Amino acid sequence: MSVRVQREDFDVGAEIAALTQGNMQIGGITSFVGLVRDMGGNTGSAAMTLEHYPGMTEKMLATIDAEANARWPLEASLIVHRYGRLEPGDQIVLVIAASPHRAAAFEACHFLIDWLKTKAPFWKLEETGDGDARWVEARGSDDAAAARWSANTGKEAAE
Amino acid sequence: MKVLYFAWLRQRTGIGEEDISLPEGVQDVAGLIEWLKGRGPEFAEALADTSAIRIAVNQEFATLDTSLGGDEEVALFPPMTGG
Repeated sequence: MSVRVQREDFDVGAEIAALTQGNMQIGGITSFVGLVRDMGGNTGSAAMTLEHYPGMTEKMLATIDAEANARWPLEASLIVHRYGRLEPGDQIVLVIAASPHRAAAFEACHFLIDWLKTKAPFWKLEETGDGDARWVEARGSDDAAAARWSANTGKEAAE
Repeated sequence: MKVLYFAWLRQRTGIGEEDISLPEGVQDVAGLIEWLKGRGPEFAEALADTSAIRIAVNQEFATLDTSLGGDEEVALFPPMTGG
C-alpha cells in the first residue's frame, strides 16, 4: 500500500521481493509494467518527457491505491510512476497487487493501471524527431477502460 | 491564490505558476478563467476551449462551477496522459 513518483528507473524483481517479504498470506502477485513505445517509426528519436503535478500526483495515486484496497482483499500493493525524459523501451510505470488469491490480484492490478491512466496528473510530451515536440492527446479508449470499473465493486473476486 | 498551468497550457500562457489576488466579482472557476482570458491574447487562446481543460482546486478535481474564496491552489491542465 504505497506509491512513489520518481525520475529513476525501477527493478521489478526487487520491488516485488521488498513488497511481499515475510507476508505468508500472499498467494498470488500480479504486476503490470508500462514501457515507452516507439511511436515515431521512421522519425528517429521517439523519446518523451513526462510532466506531472507534484503534490496532486502523489495524492491521486494514494487515492487510487486506497480504492483498490477497499474493493479487493489485498495483502500488498504498489504504484511506481516515473517522470522526466524517457527513451523507447524505458519503463514508465509499475503496478503490483498481491492477494491470498489470484482473481483479486489480477483484477486489482488491472483496475489500478486503468484508473491511473485517466486520474493521475501526468502529461506526455513526445519528441517528433525534427527537433519539435507535441503533447500526446488523451484517448477515449482509456476513459472507457477506466469507466468499466465504476460499476464493478470488486466483490466478485473477494468472495 | 495560486494558479498553476501544466503541459500545453503552461507553454501557451508562458507561465507555470503564479500568485494572484482573487479578482473582484470572481466567485468560481468559470469566473476566474474568464478573468484570465482578459489578460492577453496568449491567455485568451490557451483558455478558449474550456472543454479541453481539466481543473483541480486544492489538488482535488473540480469543475467550472467550483466556488473560490481566494486562498485556493487552482490548477488548469489538459486531460491526463500518464501510465
